[in-house]
Amino acid sequence: MPLTTRRVLRTVESRTGGASPLTKALRYVFPDHWTFLFGEIAMYTFLILVATGTYLALFFEPSTAHVIYHGAYAPLRGQEMTKAYASAVNLSFEVQAGLLIRQVHHWAADVFLAAITIHLMRIFFTGAFRKPRDVNYYVGLTMLVLAVLEGYVGYSLLDDLLSGMGLAIGNGVALSLPVVGGQLGVLLWGGRFPGAGDFFSRLFFVHVFLFPVLIGSLMAVHLALIARPHHTQFRGRGRSERNVVGTPMWPAYALRSLGLFFAVAAVLFALGGLVQINPIWQWGPYEPYLGTNGAQPDWYLGWLIGALRLMPHFDVVIGNYTLIPNPFWGGVLFPGAVFGFLYLWPTIERRWTGDRRIHNLLDRPRDNPIRTAIGAAVFTLVATVFFAGAADRAFVQFGVPYEDQLWGYRALTILLPVLVFFVTRRICRRLRASGEHPGRGSGAVMVRRSAAGGFEQLDPEHGGETADS
Amino acid sequence: MRARVLTVLGWVWRYALAALVLLFSHRRTVARERELPANTRAETWTASLLFAAALAGLAFVAIYAFDDADTQLLGLSIAVALALVAAGLILAASLVVPQETLEECRPAFADPTEEEEDVEDAALTLREGVDGVTRRRLLKAAGGAAGVGLGTAALAPLASLGPAVGDRLGASPWKDGVRLVEENGMPVKAADLEIGSFLTAFAEGADKEQLATSLAVVRVKPDELELPEDRAGWAPEGILAFSKICTHAQCAISLFRYPLFAERSPGPALVCPCHYSTFDVLDGGERIFGPAVRPLPQLPLRIEDGFLVAAGPFSGAVGASWGKVKEEG
Repeated sequence: MPLTTRRVLRTVESRTGGASPLTKALRYVFPDHWTFLFGEIAMYTFLILVATGTYLALFFEPSTAHVIYHGAYAPLRGQEMTKAYASAVNLSFEVQAGLLIRQVHHWAADVFLAAITIHLMRIFFTGAFRKPRDVNYYVGLTMLVLAVLEGYVGYSLLDDLLSGMGLAIGNGVALSLPVVGGQLGVLLWGGRFPGAGDFFSRLFFVHVFLFPVLIGSLMAVHLALIARPHHTQFRGRGRSERNVVGTPMWPAYALRSLGLFFAVAAVLFALGGLVQINPIWQWGPYEPYLGTNGAQPDWYLGWLIGALRLMPHFDVVIGNYTLIPNPFWGGVLFPGAVFGFLYLWPTIERRWTGDRRIHNLLDRPRDNPIRTAIGAAVFTLVATVFFAGAADRAFVQFGVPYEDQLWGYRALTILLPVLVFFVTRRICRRLRASGEHPGRGSGAVMVRRSAAGGFEQLDPEHGGETADS
Repeated sequence: MRARVLTVLGWVWRYALAALVLLFSHRRTVARERELPANTRAETWTASLLFAAALAGLAFVAIYAFDDADTQLLGLSIAVALALVAAGLILAASLVVPQETLEECRPAFADPTEEEEDVEDAALTLREGVDGVTRRRLLKAAGGAAGVGLGTAALAPLASLGPAVGDRLGASPWKDGVRLVEENGMPVKAADLEIGSFLTAFAEGADKEQLATSLAVVRVKPDELELPEDRAGWAPEGILAFSKICTHAQCAISLFRYPLFAERSPGPALVCPCHYSTFDVLDGGERIFGPAVRPLPQLPLRIEDGFLVAAGPFSGAVGASWGKVKEEG
């Protein structure tokens, strides 16, 4: 070990006593499984979001003051627009590498939400949310909620036509909250939509400070709560509830994980440089009286626009008082129900199975057919509603009338989850009974020849396992 | 030549096979294994990849230095640099540094059996803190009251977010005699509107951004109209005006569906592009499809000296619904 390393370590040790915790951290064991990478991808994407976002904030001006555009993009010249939109167009065209960073930021947001969602599914279907990790599961879910809102606020900031339409809908959903909706909408927006000039400063503050700090803090808690009881692991030889077997942090895992970070960054920068996303100069500035056909939000809000579109038209009206306006169903109740299900599931499962033990070994999805089937049904419901949100695109692509599609989707949102529930349960039970693994193709079995010349078959999954729960 | 191609193909095949085996072979875990690769070739490769990454990084700087740098080239160069670093690190992780599988014990609390003792300790320590305190309930109540009082005080300033008194959700610039103007401020001439046409109009002198200002003005054949009796005079010469803001989630209604062949098409209707709420214009904006519940507010019109003028306020509240929407309409 070179002398300088020792000197640094000595400095750290004599001032913080950090050498021994460092050694422990360097020997921290990560179980090897590819599904564990999605959480890491989400974390690294967040770092890239913070870095690119910081750069963008140096050029973006969250102001609703009106200016006449005289910038580089000829088709917009002479148009009146807000400074927010003008500065977003300017940083795309006149700031060197500005468009690259903006597009990387936008792609990273989409990847961030995708990675969190897949990570959530992994946690759900393997039972990783069980005690002692249920608290950390709630922390993760809260980060997902915040990330969806953060993404929405982020693309709303630019004040292009699409973001304005999104804010109009958001205001409609806020107004739809029973009893307090009217006051809340006026309070947040500083008046009747589109709101006072303050509104954009509020959005900006929420997007660049409040939500990122909340997400970052929760992420720190999330990591601490992972490290404290150590990672979960799948069953296997030498693995038990009391130990964890895998690659230590130093050196191989650290290098590999750092490699993943650079790979994620490479993909995001390749996307940001080569694949156009949200060309705001084509949408034009927003005014409350402007709208466009074929408007679609970022993918992680597709399930909400789908829910708003699918809901039949009814309000709850008592006498002369509209208690629950329609946007509440799709904009509040539906996401509330989905997240409510996710938040409550650990409790439901605990009550229903009576299993209050600590679990450090993961289930395979088949090991718990009912949980897997219910989870698959709920995710199917969300996916169906998501596709319903794209019905206008399907209309343009395939010419199926929008009205017919809507009735079809309404039926599918009821039928598909039920179908998926029974099919998934059946597949899980069969797999569990047969012990096959669909992902591992060969179908070969391991046999051992005895001294007498006979053969005995070894179970490839559980061969030589030492401990079980 | 052919032999060489075959040799190359052979190499490709062998590497592909090796990659497949590495990808799909089921690796088994055995606790506490340590292996020193001592692989100089892998070290050379890692170093080369990192050097190449440095070059790609410099390429990014060079492209950046150009006037009007190309976004695609910028993205490509930095992505290549990052990808090379990633490849170098992943290669080093698996072929250069020691390969180790380790078993680590979980801390005691993650053990299914050991937790009670620590819980008892903590509970005891907490309880010792209130030893000898007699009027616990009173103190608890007082503490709770202080919490509620201060909490309310802390939240009260949030009310400042909202607007001054009098700015109501139902505010509208439309009343009898207000002229309709186009986006450029010119008054709307009735004769300029053709049958089947759609025009966005505003209240003269009003802020265009105010939600209730904008109108969707359409013209249909007067004999098609099926307006309710109390709106008999609202559509002079078949010209109808509606709020342009959808009553579902307040997107701007930007689609006017006018049948080209009336016998086989649905009637003229305004359609919101956001969630496809559809409003029949002939009967005064009743909803015929989509999630909206309230009809589109209609504005009574009259024609003065050939120009369109409002003959009164909207028939209902503009924009999305809220609690008191009916009273304010």
